[in-house]
Formats: sequence, C-alpha cells, structure tokens
Amino acid sequence: MEFAISVLISGISVGGQYALIAIGYTMVYGILRLINFAHGDVFMVAGLLGIYLSASLPLYAALPLVLLLTVALGFCIERAAYKPLRSAPRMSVMISAIGVSYLIQNTATYITGGQPMTYPVIPFLSDTVVIAGTPTKWVTILTPFLVLALVLALQQLINHTKVGMAMRAVAKDFETAQLMGIRINSIISVTFIIGSALAAIGSMLYFTNFQAITPTAGALPGLRAFVAAVVGGIGSIPGAVVGAFIIGICENVIKSTEFTVFSDAGTFALLILILVLRPTGLFGEKVTDKV
Amino acid sequence: MIQQRSKKGAVTAVIACAVLLAAVILLENISLLLPAGSVPNVLKPTSQLFAVLKKGAVYSLAAVSMNLLNGFTGLFSLGQAGFMLLGAYTYAILSVPVADRAAVYYLYGGSAVNFSFQDMFGTIFGTEGVGGAVSLGLGVAVAMVLAGCVAAVFAYFIGLPVLRLKSDYLAIATLGFAEIIKAVFQWQALGPVTNGANMIKNFPTFSSFNITGADGTVILRLSTFFPFLVSMICIAAICLLINSTYGRAFKAIREDETAAEAMGINLAKHKMLSFCTSAFFAGVSGAMFAMFVTNAQAKVYTTTMTYEILLIVVIGGIGSISGSVMATFLYVACSEWWLRFLDNVTVINGVQLPFLRAGFRMVVFSVVIMIVVLFFRRGIMGDKELPDLFKKRARKEGTGK
Amino acid sequence: MKKLLSLALASAMVLSLAACGGDTKNKDAGNGSTPAGSNPAASTPAAPAGDKVIKIGVFEPASGDSASGGKKEMLGMQFANAETPTVEVGGETYTVQLVPADNGSSTDKAPSAAAQLVAENVAIVLGSYGSGVSMAASDTFKDAGIAALGVTCTNPNVTAGNDHYFRICFLDNFQAQVLANFAMDKFQAKTAYCLGETGNEYDQGLIAFFKQIFEANGGKVITASFPTNNSDFNTYLNQAKAEGADVIFTPVSIAYATQIITQAQSLGITAPFLGSDTLDDNMVLEAANGTDIQLYVSTFYQEGGAPEFDQGIKDYINSNSSAKDANGGNDTIAAVTAMGYDAYYVALEAIKAAGSADPAAIKAALSGVTYNGVSGAIAFDSIGDAVRDTAYIKHSTNSNAWELETVQKAG
Repeated sequence: MEFAISVLISGISVGGQYALIAIGYTMVYGILRLINFAHGDVFMVAGLLGIYLSASLPLYAALPLVLLLTVALGFCIERAAYKPLRSAPRMSVMISAIGVSYLIQNTATYITGGQPMTYPVIPFLSDTVVIAGTPTKWVTILTPFLVLALVLALQQLINHTKVGMAMRAVAKDFETAQLMGIRINSIISVTFIIGSALAAIGSMLYFTNFQAITPTAGALPGLRAFVAAVVGGIGSIPGAVVGAFIIGICENVIKSTEFTVFSDAGTFALLILILVLRPTGLFGEKVTDKV
Repeated sequence: MIQQRSKKGAVTAVIACAVLLAAVILLENISLLLPAGSVPNVLKPTSQLFAVLKKGAVYSLAAVSMNLLNGFTGLFSLGQAGFMLLGAYTYAILSVPVADRAAVYYLYGGSAVNFSFQDMFGTIFGTEGVGGAVSLGLGVAVAMVLAGCVAAVFAYFIGLPVLRLKSDYLAIATLGFAEIIKAVFQWQALGPVTNGANMIKNFPTFSSFNITGADGTVILRLSTFFPFLVSMICIAAICLLINSTYGRAFKAIREDETAAEAMGINLAKHKMLSFCTSAFFAGVSGAMFAMFVTNAQAKVYTTTMTYEILLIVVIGGIGSISGSVMATFLYVACSEWWLRFLDNVTVINGVQLPFLRAGFRMVVFSVVIMIVVLFFRRGIMGDKELPDLFKKRARKEGTGK
Repeated sequence: MKKLLSLALASAMVLSLAACGGDTKNKDAGNGSTPAGSNPAASTPAAPAGDKVIKIGVFEPASGDSASGGKKEMLGMQFANAETPTVEVGGETYTVQLVPADNGSSTDKAPSAAAQLVAENVAIVLGSYGSGVSMAASDTFKDAGIAALGVTCTNPNVTAGNDHYFRICFLDNFQAQVLANFAMDKFQAKTAYCLGETGNEYDQGLIAFFKQIFEANGGKVITASFPTNNSDFNTYLNQAKAEGADVIFTPVSIAYATQIITQAQSLGITAPFLGSDTLDDNMVLEAANGTDIQLYVSTFYQEGGAPEFDQGIKDYINSNSSAKDANGGNDTIAAVTAMGYDAYYVALEAIKAAGSADPAAIKAALSGVTYNGVSGAIAFDSIGDAVRDTAYIKHSTNSNAWELETVQKAG
C-alpha cells in the first residue's frame, strides 16, 4: 500500500514536470505545425544555467535570471532557425529543429566536458517531507499545484487577452490571420517565450528532484513530454496537461512491475494505441483535409 | 528517341557502376601492389579512408531507403533505426557459427537457435578453399535477404494500423515502434535468442571477404568492395522501382494524396508497398551495419541514428537518390574523419589554438549542418539527379551554338 | 535507368573526393608539420630526448556517457608519460608519445576512432574504458596487427578468441562473485535488489553473474532496469524498500550512480548499496558526502596502496588545471587512474621486451610481460587476461573519502 502510494506520488510529480514541457510543444505545434525537437534541450540548458549562475549569484537573483536567459534562448532559436524557413516545406523546419537540438547538445558537451553537473539545492523545495510513510521532497507535493496554477493563468491569457485571441486566430488559420493584420512573427515569438519560460520553471522543479544534469538530460523528459502532448491531442493545452499526468503515472506504474525494460516502450505503446483509436489524441480537434 | 536514350543511359550506368567497383577494388588493393615501405598511410587497409568508405556504403543504402519513403512517397517515417535493428539481429542470429555460440551467449548457457547458414552450406560445399568461400558467400547472402524480409514483415504488421495516420502522427508512431522493438530485443527473458543486453558477435564481417593465402596473408582485399556491391545492387533495385509504374504512383501520392486517389491509385496498397520495401532495404543495411561494427547490439539503434539518416537525406536533397548517396559520404567523412583534428589541443609555434579540445568537432559539425539546413534549403541536389546536371549543361552549350 | 547512371557517377565523385582528402592529409604528415591529431595534450611537457619517437595509442572516450571515466583513465597514462617520457629500445632512446582518439563511448564511432590510431602508426593501443567500444574496435586493431591492452574493460568477450587483445583488470564474473560473497558474509543478505541500465552489457552482465551466484547460495534476487538517460529512480528505490531488500546492487555508470545515491538519501533508504568498479569515482563520492547512505564498491586500487604514486599523481593533478578538470575538480585518486598508470608501464615493458618499435614484435612480447604495478602484480594468462585474484572493497566515509573495507580473494 505504502509502495502503491509512493508510485502514485512519483507519477503525479513527474507528470506535472512533463506537463510544463509539454505545453511548450503543444503551443508551438498548434501555431506553426512544427514539432520543436529542440524544446527538451532548452529545458536542459535552463538546468545548466541554473548551475552556472547559482555558483556566482545568490539564488534569489540566479533563478529569475535563468528564466530570463532561457526565454532569450527560446526567442533566438525561433528567430535564427525557424523564421527563415517559414515558407519552406514542413520537413525542412523539422530538420532545422533536429539540427538545433544537435547543436545545443554538442555545445553543452563541449562546455561541461560531458561530465554530469549537480543542480544546486533550493531551500524548502529540497526539504524532505513524509507522506503516508514515504519520505519525499516538498517539490514533489508542490509540483501539481504549481502546474495547475500556471495552466489556469495561461488559459486566462489565451482566452481573455488580445494576444491570446491573436494566438488562437493564428492557430486556426495562419494566412487569414495574417491578412487580418495580426503580426504573425511577434505572436510566434510570444508563443516561444511562453513555452521557454514554462520549460525553465519545469527545469527548476525537475532538477531539484533529480539533481544530475548531463548534455542529454533533456532528451528523455523532452520525448516523454512530447508523447504526452500527442496523447492529449497536440495543440490543446488542457490535453497536454492531462496527457502528461497519464504518461507520468503510466511510466511509474510500469517501473514498479517486473517489466521495467518496457518503461519507455510502454508509454509509446499507449501512444500508438491512442493514435490508432483517436488519431488526433484525447482532446485534439478533428482536422479535415482540403484539396 | 526516349527509348533509345534510356537504353544508352542504362548501358552507361552499368559501365559506370562496374568502373566504380573496379576502382574500389584497386584502391583497397594498392597497398598489396606497392612495396611495403612506400604505402602512404591513407591507402593502408586500416586507414580511416576505408572505415569511412565502408560506413558510407552502409549508410547510403539506409539513406536511400529512407528517401524512398520520405522523399518519393511523402510518408514521414522515423522508424529506420528499428528496421535496421531487426535486420542486424536477424543477420547476426542466423550467422554466428554454431561452434562459437556457447562463447557468445555465455550468460545464457548457449543459444536457443543452434543453426547458422554458413555452417549449413559448409556441410554441403565444404569449409576449405573454394567450397568455404561459396558457403560463406551463400550463407551471408541468404542471411541478409532474410534480414530484409524480417524487417519487411514487421513493417507490414506495423503498417496496418499506423499507415492510416497523417504526416507528423505517422512519424511519432513509427518512432514509437522503433523504441518498442529496441526494448523487446533488450529484454533479458528473450536472452537465449537475442543475447539480451550483450552484443552478438563472431559472425562473418566485411573482413571475412578478404581472400587469404595458405599462410594467412591477404592476397586480395574485398572488404570494402563487398558493402559497395551490396549497396549498389540494392540502390539499383530502388531506382528501378522508382522509375516503374509503382514509382510514379508513389510520387503522385507525395504530391497530392486526394488527387492520387481520385486518379485510381490504391492508397493503402501503394503506401504499404513503399513502407515494406523501405523496411526491407533498411533491414539489409542494418545487417551490413552489424558487419561494419562487427557486432549487433540493440542500444546502438537509437532515435539519434534515425535523425542522422534523416539529416543525410535532407542534406542530399529530399527526392534525389544521387544526392542521398553523395551526402552520406560527405557526412560520414566529415563527422568521423576530416574534422577530427578539431578535437585535439593543438599548439603551433608555442601558441595554443583557442577552442580546440575534445567535443569541438561536434560543435563545428552541428554548425555546418545548421548552415546547410538554413541556407541550402533544397540540399545538395534538390530533387534532381546527377545526370540532370550534365544534361542541362549540354543543352545550354547546344543553344549557345 | 538514368538514376542508375547518376548514382554511379555520384559515388565515383564522392570516392575521388575522399581520395583527395586523403592526399592532403598525407602531405601534411610528409611536411613534418605536426598534424593536429598527433599532439596528445598540450599539458604534457615536451620531453627533451632522442629524435626517435614511439607512439602509444590512447583509445578512450572523451565524450558520451563514459567520458568521465575515460578521462580519468587517460590521466593516469599522461602522468606516467610525464614521469617516464622515454624508453630504451635496442640501445636507442625513443620518446614516447601518447596519441589519443575519442571513441565517443559509442560502438558505432569506435571503428573509425580505432582507424585513426592505426593511421597514426601507433605501436600499441591502451584502452578502452568500457567493454563495448573495445569489442567494436577489436577487429580494426587485429587487422592492423597491433596489440591492444585493455585497462578497465571487464567483459569476458573482450579478450576471448582474440590473440591481440590483453587486459590488466579482473573480469565481470570475478567481480560479481566477490560482491555477492561480500553481501552474504557482511550483511547476511537474503534479498538483493539489482538495478542496471537497459541494454547496457556491462550492467546487465554483472547483474546476471551476481544473480547466478547469489541465488546459488540461497538468496533471492529482484532485477530491474531503467531506460538510458533516465533520471527518476524514486519508484525503483521505493520498490527495493517495499520488497525488503537487504542490499541494493547498482553496477551502473557514474552519472546514474550519483542520481541514485542522492535520491536514495531523500527517500531514506537504509539498505547498503553495492557498486562495481565504475562507482569508484569522486563524483559518486561527492554525491554520498554528508548522507547516511552506506556505499560499498569493489575496485582495482585503494588510495594509500602506493604512497609514492599517490603523492606524484596528486601533485600532477594539482599543478595542472586541465588535469584537475578531467579529474572532476579535486585530487581524489580514482582506481581507473591507477590502472591507466599501470597500463602505460606494462606497455613500456612490452616495448622493452620486444626490443623494437615494431607492433608485431610488441604484440608477441606482451603475453610474456610481468610487471609489479601500483594496483598489484600483473601477468597474463593464455587468453590474455590479467591473472588477478584480488579485489578491494571499500566504503564511502561520507566525508569525501574512501576507506578500505576488505581485500577479497577469489574462491
């Protein structure tokens, strides 16, 4: 019983962290129809920035700076690698994303020398608390609530502000939105900024829990978050959150059985099952093909 | 007229292939012809040149098979590494000599599959001299064809549910299947067959094709020739397929699915055909990859490998076979050979060059890739083939006169 | 049909391109200007000595998961090279030059890295850290007729069936046996929880041997594996706790080990952790620093075993910032560094015994070499494995130091 609760707690906590990354994937896909493969690596860079900045600055200065720099990185990636390709075929943009991901990982390897780095201890978040006989960190408990709060705020932004309306319009129809006088490029930049900011917050939570950062540390959470976004119906923010919790819990349930080898394969099997049954995910909109 | 030209083209193509193969044989045997002391380093059989050529030959088949699917049929699939894994394992499992199985499967007290094609043919043709060579060649050939077939059969079953999905969703689903296949092959419970996490080794590799004399010295090297030959045959087969009615149907599907369907093309059938053919050749290239690295181990066949092949396809030009082939050799040579000096701390005249240290090579390499992707959007060849370039020039000259 | 032609032409072009590339490289070498690849490390002071140079290849990962271990192993070789930069061969003094090649911890990059070493005309190869890359590169060295001396690749298949691959470390089955016996003797363990990386032959091989021995002695083993790049170990550790494991066996690479230790601390795991030689690393030690985790590792060398070497290498690390970076920023001596140091001297012994710089002669001489190194006496058996019957088991004091627990012999 204790064990079951601990599995559930880990699943929910890690699901919350995936959710923050998954929102970045889903928003970018909704607007650009682009799988931003570099997003997981932005998440990793946010973690590395946390390490380097906190080494020389106090935490209360370092963490906001991490947020700021990560946002700048996301913005620059979009401007440098995706904007020039706006009229190119979709596969080229996706390749560009893979290229950026390559570049970030290789640069991180070059700078860190490939050694795992240790994330600083954030007071309070790293403290231990005992829940139903299982000791865990405070961050585990706080993550789901923080995620819900952020998602509600984001929903407010999207549904009740002018920028949000523009974002919805662009997602619905790129060209018409442009014709209506919406400045597409700034809307896309806003999307990347929001996505990167959430990834930075996600990295603080995630790496407080799992402290070592290697250049490939973003790959696995990135992939899982992406799967979560697809399961939930890519393009839909509530979908991404629900998907992330499902994936997080599933992963931990598989890890608690004797089939641990399949903890990755299991999530993918779930993904394929959902795609076959509901091709656009749980909350995705039906798309009809135009000739 | 057209008929005539294509006949002439075919003859030229066959001749060019033969010349290329002869050049490969010559290149790798130069070291035997020259006196021992005067062989330049790069022509020694163990030089990086041959490592790059072998890997290039293997990867070019993988890239062309991916191009068939992504470039010619417009199906965005990311399952290439999974199919290569299937091919590599099928080949390896069917080729390890029975005598070596206990050593290779040492964790499992021997293999569940106590059979290898080479041994089987060995009992027919003998294991020494010409008979040995025949049984080696046949054993490897049969195992490689089966490697392709296993990959194609898996592709068929994966394709049934997955091919109905559209673009990105198809990509993710195939990527997922590749991961699932990998996990299955790493599962310890299947260890007696797949050797679990351990690598399967001791099967015939490229160097097994070198012809040695009685005293063990090499008389004729064929270790680079072999992957070139296999890749060439397979790529030629893909070319024939692309230029057939099926190929035209593939291109129609790529351009516009709905219109293609309206023209009476059976979408499901053609997509499946393209998917399975691509998987077949990916399987064969997987078998060759296992021969290149001299082992089969599931953890190598990662998503990163698929991305690498995809990058090659894009750099070469989506929809250009000659582009894929050229891009493969350039990519492999750059990443594994020409840029290696960037990884070493270098001192010239007592001044240490900045930035050069371990890892810099990959940074430069990824910057180069980004530049190609951003500024040479259509890749080296676009969707043209090499002869198109010559033709255009000829025509220009013609009008000039 | 046109495509066929185009393809052939394309390949021809690429081929000629490749050949061109090769030529330029040759020219460089011919001019006598140092090709970039041949300078081992700027840190190694140029040795004043004869004009004759003998090259030793260092086949180690400098990137990828095993980079940390590979760099430390190379550190031992570099120190040994700084200490003894020349070797007497047939009355002449040769300068020994280390030629590194990064195998990227990955088996698909290993053959070309190996080819790089062969192209540099190395006389003998040392390495690698990690068995998979050693096996993948094995045939390249074999074809070139160069002997390879494995430093810490513990998988049985590295040397089996190869007359050119030797190693100076013990094997996985020996290590697993030592640890299984230790678990039973010291902790009277009945249940062991084994955790390894999916698809990693090192982890899974050790776990399989451990399981065989532990179960043969009446114990119960639960095995689990985590995917590559995983960082969430909470569920695994909770499961170990729920199953009532007496010991937790984690023969994983360094990056995972540090995560497992820190997460175990926050989950309050009390069962002792047993690790293999990979865990003998100062990053792991740092992770255990200040925790209540009981961490035991089996290893090749214990600091203090050879005080002169300890002092020398510490001075070397402290006097050189890039060496210190490679060692993870402090001067704790990793066993692999001692092994790298010994490997260098074994190679020198082989060169001396061969009395020539010819790779074939060195290969022939290597099997007969015996050497008394800092990690113990080294001699080779008929397969090419070091005859070693000793493993050190040490535990973390949790204040950034190892303490020798016991010395285990085979049997």
